[in-house]
Amino acid sequence: MENRIRILLLSAVVLVTGCSYMPWRKDAPEAEPPPPPEAGETPVVIDPQVERREVKPAKIDTENWEAGLYVGSLSVEDFEVNPVYGARIAYHVSEDFFAEAIVGTSDAGFSSFERLSGGAPLLTDSERQFTYYSLGFGWNALPGEIFLGGKRAYNSAVYLTLGAGATRFAGGDRFTLTAGAGARILVRDWLAVHLDMRDHIHEIDVFGANKTSHNYEASLSLTAFF
Amino acid sequence: MARLAACGLLIFLAAAATARAQGLEVTVADPYLEMRTGPGRGYPVVNVVERGERVQVEKRRTDWFQVIDENGREGWVHKGQMSETLVPAGVKMDIDDPSREDFGAHRREVGLLVGDYGGSNVVTAYGAYAFNEHLAAELAVAHLLGNFSDGQYLTLGVTHVPRPDWRIQPFLSIGTGVIRIEPKGTLVGTEVRTDQVAYAGVGVRAYLARRFIIRGEYKEYVVFTDRDENEEDTEWKIGFAFFF
Repeated sequence: MENRIRILLLSAVVLVTGCSYMPWRKDAPEAEPPPPPEAGETPVVIDPQVERREVKPAKIDTENWEAGLYVGSLSVEDFEVNPVYGARIAYHVSEDFFAEAIVGTSDAGFSSFERLSGGAPLLTDSERQFTYYSLGFGWNALPGEIFLGGKRAYNSAVYLTLGAGATRFAGGDRFTLTAGAGARILVRDWLAVHLDMRDHIHEIDVFGANKTSHNYEASLSLTAFF
Repeated sequence: MARLAACGLLIFLAAAATARAQGLEVTVADPYLEMRTGPGRGYPVVNVVERGERVQVEKRRTDWFQVIDENGREGWVHKGQMSETLVPAGVKMDIDDPSREDFGAHRREVGLLVGDYGGSNVVTAYGAYAFNEHLAAELAVAHLLGNFSDGQYLTLGVTHVPRPDWRIQPFLSIGTGVIRIEPKGTLVGTEVRTDQVAYAGVGVRAYLARRFIIRGEYKEYVVFTDRDENEEDTEWKIGFAFFF
Protein backbone atom coordinates (compact mmCIF):
# COMPACT_ATOMS: atom_id res chain seq x y z
CA MET A 1 0.00 0.00 0.00
CA GLU A 2 2.80 2.32 1.04
CA ASN A 3 4.54 1.57 -2.24
CA ARG A 4 1.45 2.17 -4.30
CA ILE A 5 0.86 5.56 -2.72
CA ARG A 6 4.49 6.43 -3.32
CA ILE A 7 4.30 5.43 -7.00
CA LEU A 8 1.14 7.47 -7.39
CA LEU A 9 2.80 10.51 -5.80
CA LEU A 10 5.92 10.07 -7.90
CA SER A 11 3.95 9.92 -11.13
CA ALA A 12 1.97 13.00 -10.17
CA VAL A 13 5.10 14.96 -9.35
CA VAL A 14 6.81 13.86 -12.57
CA LEU A 15 3.84 14.98 -14.59
CA VAL A 16 3.48 18.29 -12.78
CA THR A 17 7.11 19.36 -12.62
CA GLY A 18 8.32 17.76 -15.84
CA CYS A 19 12.03 16.99 -15.84
CA SER A 20 13.31 19.89 -13.75
CA TYR A 21 12.40 19.28 -10.11
CA MET A 22 12.69 16.20 -7.92
CA PRO A 23 11.98 16.82 -4.23
CA TRP A 24 11.14 13.29 -3.18
CA ARG A 25 14.68 11.89 -3.06
CA LYS A 26 15.40 13.45 0.33
CA ASP A 27 11.95 12.96 1.87
CA ALA A 28 11.17 9.39 0.91
CA PRO A 29 10.34 7.51 4.16
CA GLU A 30 11.77 4.07 4.91
CA ALA A 31 9.45 1.15 4.18
CA GLU A 32 8.01 -0.37 7.38
CA PRO A 33 9.40 -3.82 8.28
CA PRO A 34 6.82 -6.62 7.86
CA PRO A 35 5.03 -7.53 11.14
CA PRO A 36 6.48 -10.56 13.00
CA PRO A 37 4.66 -13.84 12.18
CA GLU A 38 2.15 -15.01 14.78
CA ALA A 39 2.44 -18.41 16.46
CA GLY A 40 1.36 -21.30 14.19
CA GLU A 41 1.50 -19.17 11.07
CA THR A 42 4.00 -19.91 8.30
CA PRO A 43 6.40 -16.98 8.14
CA VAL A 44 6.29 -15.05 4.88
CA VAL A 45 9.70 -15.40 3.32
CA ILE A 46 9.04 -13.45 0.16
CA ASP A 47 6.45 -10.72 -0.01
CA PRO A 48 5.93 -10.25 -3.77
CA GLN A 49 5.62 -6.58 -4.63
CA VAL A 50 4.33 -7.24 -8.16
CA GLU A 51 1.33 -5.15 -9.02
CA ARG A 52 -1.20 -6.83 -11.27
CA ARG A 53 -1.44 -4.92 -14.52
CA GLU A 54 -4.81 -3.41 -15.02
CA VAL A 55 -5.95 -3.99 -18.59
CA LYS A 56 -8.34 -1.37 -19.85
CA PRO A 57 -10.63 -1.98 -22.81
CA ALA A 58 -8.99 -0.59 -25.94
CA LYS A 59 -10.19 2.68 -27.34
CA ILE A 60 -11.50 1.73 -30.74
CA ASP A 61 -13.30 4.18 -32.99
CA THR A 62 -16.92 3.02 -33.10
CA GLU A 63 -19.09 4.15 -35.97
CA ASN A 64 -22.64 3.25 -35.07
CA TRP A 65 -24.23 6.64 -35.72
CA GLU A 66 -25.28 7.82 -39.14
CA ALA A 67 -26.52 11.30 -39.99
CA GLY A 68 -27.33 13.13 -43.18
CA LEU A 69 -29.64 15.22 -45.31
CA TYR A 70 -32.11 14.31 -48.01
CA VAL A 71 -33.98 15.90 -50.90
CA GLY A 72 -36.85 14.38 -52.80
CA SER A 73 -40.40 14.84 -53.86
CA LEU A 74 -43.45 14.51 -51.66
CA SER A 75 -46.95 13.91 -52.90
CA VAL A 76 -49.30 15.53 -50.36
CA GLU A 77 -52.65 13.88 -51.00
CA ASP A 78 -54.93 16.31 -52.92
CA PHE A 79 -52.23 19.01 -52.77
CA GLU A 80 -49.82 18.25 -55.63
CA VAL A 81 -46.27 16.91 -55.67
CA ASN A 82 -43.55 19.20 -54.39
CA PRO A 83 -39.87 19.14 -53.37
CA VAL A 84 -39.17 17.96 -49.83
CA TYR A 85 -36.06 18.60 -47.72
CA GLY A 86 -35.15 16.69 -44.61
CA ALA A 87 -32.60 15.38 -42.17
CA ARG A 88 -32.09 11.90 -40.83
CA ILE A 89 -30.14 10.43 -37.92
CA ALA A 90 -29.83 6.72 -37.19
CA TYR A 91 -28.20 4.53 -34.58
CA HIS A 92 -27.17 1.05 -35.70
CA VAL A 93 -27.95 -1.32 -32.85
CA SER A 94 -26.79 -4.44 -34.67
CA GLU A 95 -26.05 -5.44 -38.23
CA ASP A 96 -29.80 -6.14 -38.60
CA PHE A 97 -31.57 -3.32 -36.77
CA PHE A 98 -31.30 0.45 -36.41
CA ALA A 99 -33.27 3.21 -34.75
CA GLU A 100 -33.90 6.34 -36.76
CA ALA A 101 -35.35 9.82 -36.51
CA ILE A 102 -36.33 11.89 -39.52
CA VAL A 103 -37.63 15.43 -39.91
CA GLY A 104 -38.70 16.98 -43.18
CA THR A 105 -40.56 19.89 -44.70
CA SER A 106 -42.28 20.72 -47.97
CA ASP A 107 -44.60 23.39 -49.35
CA ALA A 108 -47.81 21.80 -50.57
CA GLY A 109 -49.52 23.10 -53.71
CA PHE A 110 -53.17 23.74 -54.50
CA SER A 111 -55.89 21.11 -54.56
CA SER A 112 -57.86 20.49 -57.76
CA PHE A 113 -60.93 21.88 -55.99
CA GLU A 114 -59.18 25.17 -55.31
CA ARG A 115 -58.01 25.43 -58.92
CA LEU A 116 -61.32 24.49 -60.56
CA SER A 117 -63.71 26.39 -58.31
CA GLY A 118 -61.72 29.59 -58.63
CA GLY A 119 -62.82 30.57 -55.13
CA ALA A 120 -60.82 31.56 -52.13
CA PRO A 121 -57.95 29.17 -51.23
CA LEU A 122 -58.70 26.63 -48.50
CA LEU A 123 -55.42 27.17 -46.69
CA THR A 124 -53.15 30.09 -45.95
CA ASP A 125 -49.52 29.95 -47.03
CA SER A 126 -48.32 28.96 -43.56
CA GLU A 127 -51.00 26.24 -43.30
CA ARG A 128 -49.82 24.91 -46.64
CA GLN A 129 -46.40 24.08 -45.24
CA PHE A 130 -46.16 20.33 -44.63
CA THR A 131 -43.70 19.52 -41.83
CA TYR A 132 -43.26 16.12 -40.24
CA TYR A 133 -41.12 14.14 -37.85
CA SER A 134 -40.96 10.42 -37.30
CA LEU A 135 -39.19 8.26 -34.74
CA GLY A 136 -38.87 4.57 -35.37
CA PHE A 137 -36.71 1.65 -36.30
CA GLY A 138 -35.53 -0.18 -39.38
CA TRP A 139 -34.57 -3.68 -40.37
CA ASN A 140 -31.81 -4.41 -42.88
CA ALA A 141 -33.80 -7.05 -44.73
CA LEU A 142 -31.48 -7.59 -47.68
CA PRO A 143 -27.82 -6.86 -46.94
CA GLY A 144 -25.45 -7.38 -49.82
CA GLU A 145 -23.14 -5.89 -52.37
CA ILE A 146 -23.75 -3.89 -55.52
CA PHE A 147 -21.34 -4.35 -58.42
CA LEU A 148 -20.53 -1.52 -60.75
CA GLY A 149 -18.74 -2.88 -63.80
CA GLY A 150 -16.20 -5.62 -63.22
CA LYS A 151 -13.91 -3.95 -60.68
CA ARG A 152 -16.03 -2.07 -58.20
CA ALA A 153 -18.16 -3.54 -55.41
CA TYR A 154 -20.09 -1.47 -52.88
CA ASN A 155 -21.68 -2.78 -49.70
CA SER A 156 -25.39 -2.16 -49.64
CA ALA A 157 -28.61 -3.01 -47.86
CA VAL A 158 -32.29 -2.85 -48.64
CA TYR A 159 -34.20 -2.02 -45.46
CA LEU A 160 -37.72 -1.56 -44.17
CA THR A 161 -38.64 1.15 -41.68
CA LEU A 162 -41.60 1.88 -39.44
CA GLY A 163 -42.03 4.99 -37.35
CA ALA A 164 -44.50 7.16 -35.50
CA GLY A 165 -44.57 10.92 -35.18
CA ALA A 166 -46.57 13.94 -36.17
CA THR A 167 -47.32 16.06 -39.22
CA ARG A 168 -48.14 19.77 -39.12
CA PHE A 169 -50.33 20.63 -42.07
CA ALA A 170 -53.56 22.57 -42.71
CA GLY A 171 -53.51 24.24 -39.33
CA GLY A 172 -53.00 21.30 -37.00
CA ASP A 173 -50.69 18.58 -35.77
CA ARG A 174 -51.68 15.07 -36.74
CA PHE A 175 -50.47 11.74 -35.44
CA THR A 176 -48.61 10.11 -38.32
CA LEU A 177 -47.38 6.62 -39.03
CA THR A 178 -44.49 6.40 -41.46
CA ALA A 179 -43.74 3.19 -43.31
CA GLY A 180 -40.90 2.99 -45.74
CA ALA A 181 -38.37 1.00 -47.68
CA GLY A 182 -34.95 2.10 -48.75
CA ALA A 183 -31.66 1.11 -50.25
CA ARG A 184 -28.33 2.13 -48.76
CA ILE A 185 -25.10 2.01 -50.76
CA LEU A 186 -21.79 2.69 -49.04
CA VAL A 187 -19.62 4.59 -51.48
CA ARG A 188 -16.92 4.82 -48.78
CA ASP A 189 -16.64 3.06 -45.44
CA TRP A 190 -18.09 6.15 -43.79
CA LEU A 191 -20.26 7.65 -46.55
CA ALA A 192 -23.59 6.27 -47.75
CA VAL A 193 -26.13 7.17 -50.41
CA HIS A 194 -29.75 6.26 -49.69
CA LEU A 195 -32.75 5.97 -51.95
CA ASP A 196 -35.89 6.01 -49.79
CA MET A 197 -39.60 5.55 -50.40
CA ARG A 198 -41.88 6.48 -47.51
CA ASP A 199 -45.58 6.74 -46.89
CA HIS A 200 -46.74 9.23 -44.25
CA ILE A 201 -50.21 8.16 -43.15
CA HIS A 202 -52.51 10.40 -41.10
CA GLU A 203 -56.13 11.41 -40.68
CA ILE A 204 -57.19 14.74 -42.17
CA ASP A 205 -60.48 16.69 -42.41
CA VAL A 206 -59.65 19.59 -44.73
CA PHE A 207 -62.57 18.74 -47.06
CA GLY A 208 -65.15 18.37 -44.27
CA ALA A 209 -65.14 14.65 -43.59
CA ASN A 210 -62.33 12.78 -41.87
CA LYS A 211 -60.25 10.61 -44.14
CA THR A 212 -56.98 8.72 -44.11
CA SER A 213 -54.39 10.53 -46.18
CA HIS A 214 -51.40 8.77 -47.75
CA ASN A 215 -48.50 11.04 -48.57
CA TYR A 216 -45.84 9.30 -50.61
CA GLU A 217 -42.30 10.52 -50.65
CA ALA A 218 -39.27 9.51 -52.70
CA SER A 219 -35.92 10.90 -51.61
CA LEU A 220 -32.20 10.68 -52.16
CA SER A 221 -29.94 11.21 -49.17
CA LEU A 222 -26.28 11.41 -48.33
CA THR A 223 -25.26 10.27 -44.85
CA ALA A 224 -22.02 9.91 -42.94
CA PHE A 225 -21.16 7.32 -40.31
CA PHE A 226 -19.49 8.57 -37.14
CA MET B 1 20.15 9.78 -14.06
CA ALA B 2 16.73 9.94 -12.39
CA ARG B 3 15.98 13.08 -14.35
CA LEU B 4 16.81 11.25 -17.55
CA ALA B 5 14.51 8.38 -16.54
CA ALA B 6 11.67 10.81 -15.83
CA CYS B 7 12.19 12.42 -19.25
CA GLY B 8 12.15 8.97 -20.82
CA LEU B 9 8.92 8.17 -19.03
CA LEU B 10 7.29 11.34 -20.37
CA ILE B 11 8.42 10.59 -23.91
CA PHE B 12 7.16 7.00 -23.57
CA LEU B 13 3.76 8.24 -22.34
CA ALA B 14 3.49 10.64 -25.25
CA ALA B 15 4.46 7.89 -27.70
CA ALA B 16 1.93 5.51 -26.16
CA ALA B 17 -0.82 8.10 -26.50
CA THR B 18 0.03 8.60 -30.19
CA ALA B 19 0.15 4.85 -30.81
CA ARG B 20 -3.33 4.42 -29.35
CA ALA B 21 -4.72 7.13 -31.58
CA GLN B 22 -3.44 5.25 -34.64
CA GLY B 23 -5.41 2.11 -33.74
CA LEU B 24 -4.82 -1.02 -31.76
CA GLU B 25 -2.54 -3.80 -32.94
CA VAL B 26 -3.56 -7.31 -31.90
CA THR B 27 -2.07 -10.76 -32.42
CA VAL B 28 -4.16 -13.65 -33.73
CA ALA B 29 -4.36 -16.45 -31.13
CA ASP B 30 -7.05 -18.62 -32.72
CA PRO B 31 -5.94 -20.95 -35.57
CA TYR B 32 -7.05 -18.25 -37.98
CA LEU B 33 -9.00 -14.98 -38.30
CA GLU B 34 -11.57 -14.54 -41.05
CA MET B 35 -11.72 -11.20 -42.84
CA ARG B 36 -14.93 -10.39 -44.71
CA THR B 37 -15.69 -7.76 -47.32
CA GLY B 38 -18.35 -6.09 -45.18
CA PRO B 39 -19.64 -5.75 -41.63
CA GLY B 40 -22.19 -8.57 -41.80
CA ARG B 41 -22.42 -12.35 -41.58
CA GLY B 42 -23.47 -12.64 -45.24
CA TYR B 43 -20.38 -11.01 -46.71
CA PRO B 44 -17.81 -13.41 -48.18
CA VAL B 45 -14.55 -14.25 -46.43
CA VAL B 46 -11.80 -12.92 -48.71
CA ASN B 47 -8.74 -13.22 -46.49
CA VAL B 48 -7.54 -15.40 -43.62
CA VAL B 49 -4.91 -14.33 -41.11
CA GLU B 50 -3.00 -17.14 -39.40
CA ARG B 51 -2.13 -17.59 -35.73
CA GLY B 52 0.76 -15.40 -34.62
CA GLU B 53 0.27 -12.75 -37.26
CA ARG B 54 -0.74 -9.27 -36.29
CA VAL B 55 -3.59 -7.06 -37.49
CA GLN B 56 -4.32 -3.37 -36.96
CA VAL B 57 -7.83 -2.55 -35.69
CA GLU B 58 -9.16 0.49 -37.52
CA LYS B 59 -12.74 0.90 -36.34
CA ARG B 60 -15.84 -0.87 -35.21
CA ARG B 61 -19.40 -0.94 -36.55
CA THR B 62 -22.01 -2.84 -34.49
CA ASP B 63 -20.42 -6.28 -33.87
CA TRP B 64 -17.81 -5.98 -36.62
CA PHE B 65 -14.23 -4.67 -36.55
CA GLN B 66 -12.41 -3.33 -39.57
CA VAL B 67 -8.80 -4.54 -39.54
CA ILE B 68 -5.72 -4.26 -41.76
CA ASP B 69 -3.34 -7.23 -41.87
CA GLU B 70 0.46 -7.16 -42.22
CA ASN B 71 0.13 -7.18 -46.01
CA GLY B 72 -2.12 -4.12 -45.98
CA ARG B 73 -5.33 -5.96 -46.82
CA GLU B 74 -8.54 -4.63 -45.27
CA GLY B 75 -11.48 -6.64 -44.01
CA TRP B 76 -14.16 -6.98 -41.35
CA VAL B 77 -13.88 -9.43 -38.45
CA HIS B 78 -16.68 -10.49 -36.11
CA LYS B 79 -16.59 -9.66 -32.41
CA GLY B 80 -16.54 -13.35 -31.50
CA GLN B 81 -13.19 -13.85 -33.28
CA MET B 82 -11.85 -10.46 -32.27
CA SER B 83 -12.28 -11.24 -28.57
CA GLU B 84 -9.90 -14.21 -29.01
CA THR B 85 -7.00 -12.05 -30.19
CA LEU B 86 -4.22 -10.85 -27.88
CA VAL B 87 -3.47 -7.20 -27.17
CA PRO B 88 0.21 -6.14 -26.75
CA ALA B 89 -0.05 -6.79 -22.97
CA GLY B 90 -0.43 -10.47 -23.86
CA VAL B 91 -3.99 -10.86 -22.66
CA LYS B 92 -7.19 -11.40 -24.63
CA MET B 93 -8.79 -8.31 -26.10
CA ASP B 94 -11.44 -7.16 -23.66
CA ILE B 95 -14.53 -6.04 -25.55
CA ASP B 96 -16.58 -4.29 -22.94
CA ASP B 97 -20.07 -4.63 -24.38
CA PRO B 98 -23.31 -4.29 -22.48
CA SER B 99 -24.91 -7.64 -21.80
CA ARG B 100 -27.78 -9.25 -19.95
CA GLU B 101 -25.80 -8.88 -16.68
CA ASP B 102 -25.59 -5.10 -17.14
CA PHE B 103 -29.35 -4.76 -17.61
CA GLY B 104 -30.73 -3.61 -14.28
CA ALA B 105 -27.37 -2.29 -13.11
CA HIS B 106 -27.26 0.39 -15.80
CA ARG B 107 -27.19 4.09 -15.02
CA ARG B 108 -28.77 5.75 -18.05
CA GLU B 109 -31.69 4.86 -20.27
CA VAL B 110 -33.14 6.69 -23.29
CA GLY B 111 -36.26 5.59 -25.10
CA LEU B 112 -39.24 6.24 -27.27
CA LEU B 113 -42.83 5.23 -26.52
CA VAL B 114 -46.02 5.47 -28.55
CA GLY B 115 -49.57 4.95 -27.29
CA ASP B 116 -52.80 6.54 -26.18
CA TYR B 117 -53.39 9.38 -23.70
CA GLY B 118 -57.06 9.94 -22.82
CA GLY B 119 -58.20 9.14 -26.36
CA SER B 120 -55.40 11.05 -28.09
CA ASN B 121 -52.34 9.52 -29.69
CA VAL B 122 -49.15 10.18 -27.80
CA VAL B 123 -45.48 10.10 -28.84
CA THR B 124 -43.06 10.24 -25.90
CA ALA B 125 -39.30 10.49 -25.60
CA TYR B 126 -37.78 9.90 -22.17
CA GLY B 127 -34.47 9.79 -20.42
CA ALA B 128 -33.75 8.19 -17.06
CA TYR B 129 -30.86 8.31 -14.63
CA ALA B 130 -30.60 5.58 -11.98
CA PHE B 131 -29.35 6.49 -8.49
CA ASN B 132 -29.08 2.80 -7.67
CA GLU B 133 -30.41 -0.47 -9.09
CA HIS B 134 -33.91 0.17 -7.76
CA LEU B 135 -34.52 3.89 -8.04
CA ALA B 136 -34.26 6.17 -11.07
CA ALA B 137 -35.27 9.72 -11.98
CA GLU B 138 -37.08 10.06 -15.25
CA LEU B 139 -37.74 13.04 -17.52
CA ALA B 140 -40.37 12.60 -20.25
CA VAL B 141 -41.54 14.90 -23.01
CA ALA B 142 -44.62 14.01 -25.02
CA HIS B 143 -46.56 15.17 -28.03
CA LEU B 144 -50.31 14.58 -27.76
CA LEU B 145 -52.25 14.37 -31.02
CA GLY B 146 -56.02 14.08 -30.77
CA ASN B 147 -59.03 14.64 -32.99
CA PHE B 148 -60.14 17.69 -31.02
CA SER B 149 -56.98 18.94 -29.40
CA ASP B 150 -53.21 18.79 -29.53
CA GLY B 151 -50.82 19.24 -26.70
CA GLN B 152 -47.53 18.56 -25.01
CA TYR B 153 -46.49 17.51 -21.57
CA LEU B 154 -43.23 17.53 -19.68
CA THR B 155 -42.97 15.38 -16.57
CA LEU B 156 -40.34 14.52 -14.01
CA GLY B 157 -40.75 11.46 -11.82
CA VAL B 158 -39.16 8.51 -10.12
CA THR B 159 -39.41 4.84 -11.02
CA HIS B 160 -38.87 1.95 -8.67
CA VAL B 161 -37.75 -1.46 -9.94
CA PRO B 162 -38.25 -4.10 -7.21
CA ARG B 163 -36.27 -6.85 -8.99
CA PRO B 164 -33.43 -5.44 -11.14
CA ASP B 165 -31.98 -8.96 -11.55
CA TRP B 166 -34.91 -10.29 -13.59
CA ARG B 167 -34.89 -10.30 -17.38
CA ILE B 168 -38.45 -8.92 -17.37
CA GLN B 169 -38.65 -6.18 -14.75
CA PRO B 170 -41.90 -4.67 -13.49
CA PHE B 171 -41.70 -1.12 -12.17
CA LEU B 172 -43.77 1.52 -10.40
CA SER B 173 -43.64 5.21 -11.15
CA ILE B 174 -44.88 8.51 -9.75
CA GLY B 175 -44.21 12.03 -10.91
CA THR B 176 -45.42 15.49 -11.74
CA GLY B 177 -45.17 18.03 -14.53
CA VAL B 178 -47.01 20.44 -16.77
CA ILE B 179 -49.44 19.75 -19.60
CA ARG B 180 -50.46 22.14 -22.36
CA ILE B 181 -53.65 21.43 -24.29
CA GLU B 182 -54.48 23.36 -27.42
CA PRO B 183 -57.97 22.70 -28.87
CA LYS B 184 -58.12 22.44 -32.67
CA GLY B 185 -59.10 25.55 -34.59
CA THR B 186 -62.39 24.10 -35.82
CA LEU B 187 -63.86 24.23 -32.30
CA VAL B 188 -65.31 27.52 -31.09
CA GLY B 189 -64.96 29.12 -27.69
CA THR B 190 -62.01 27.16 -26.36
CA GLU B 191 -58.65 28.33 -25.19
CA VAL B 192 -55.14 27.00 -24.70
CA ARG B 193 -54.79 25.55 -21.19
CA THR B 194 -51.58 24.94 -19.27
CA ASP B 195 -52.04 22.96 -16.06
CA GLN B 196 -50.04 21.05 -13.53
CA VAL B 197 -50.30 17.30 -13.73
CA ALA B 198 -49.39 14.36 -11.49
CA TYR B 199 -49.24 10.68 -12.31
CA ALA B 200 -48.86 7.21 -10.87
CA GLY B 201 -48.16 4.21 -13.02
CA VAL B 202 -47.03 0.65 -13.47
CA GLY B 203 -44.96 -0.80 -16.27
CA VAL B 204 -42.66 -3.48 -17.44
CA ARG B 205 -39.31 -3.41 -19.20
CA ALA B 206 -37.60 -6.42 -20.74
CA TYR B 207 -34.11 -7.07 -22.04
CA LEU B 208 -33.96 -7.81 -25.78
CA ALA B 209 -30.30 -7.85 -26.84
CA ARG B 210 -27.14 -5.78 -26.49
CA ARG B 211 -28.23 -2.45 -25.01
CA PHE B 212 -31.77 -2.76 -26.35
CA ILE B 213 -34.89 -2.98 -24.17
CA ILE B 214 -38.62 -3.10 -24.83
CA ARG B 215 -40.89 -1.24 -22.46
CA GLY B 216 -44.61 -0.81 -21.85
CA GLU B 217 -46.41 1.24 -19.22
CA TYR B 218 -49.79 2.33 -17.94
CA LYS B 219 -50.30 5.59 -16.08
CA GLU B 220 -53.14 7.42 -14.33
CA TYR B 221 -52.92 11.21 -14.59
CA VAL B 222 -54.64 13.92 -12.57
CA VAL B 223 -54.72 17.33 -14.26
CA PHE B 224 -55.12 20.12 -11.69
CA THR B 225 -57.42 22.45 -13.62
CA ASP B 226 -58.72 25.81 -12.42
CA ARG B 227 -62.26 24.62 -13.09
CA ASP B 228 -64.53 23.04 -10.47
CA GLU B 229 -63.29 19.52 -11.05
CA ASN B 230 -59.89 18.05 -11.72
CA GLU B 231 -59.51 16.03 -14.87
CA GLU B 232 -58.40 12.42 -14.79
CA ASP B 233 -56.77 10.71 -17.77
CA THR B 234 -55.32 7.30 -18.40
CA GLU B 235 -52.39 6.57 -20.64
CA TRP B 236 -50.77 3.43 -22.03
CA LYS B 237 -47.64 3.32 -24.12
CA ILE B 238 -45.25 0.83 -25.63
CA GLY B 239 -41.84 1.33 -27.18
CA PHE B 240 -38.16 0.63 -27.05
CA ALA B 241 -35.16 2.04 -25.25
CA PHE B 242 -31.38 1.81 -24.97
CA PHE B 243 -29.38 1.66 -21.78
CA PHE B 244 -25.80 2.76 -21.32
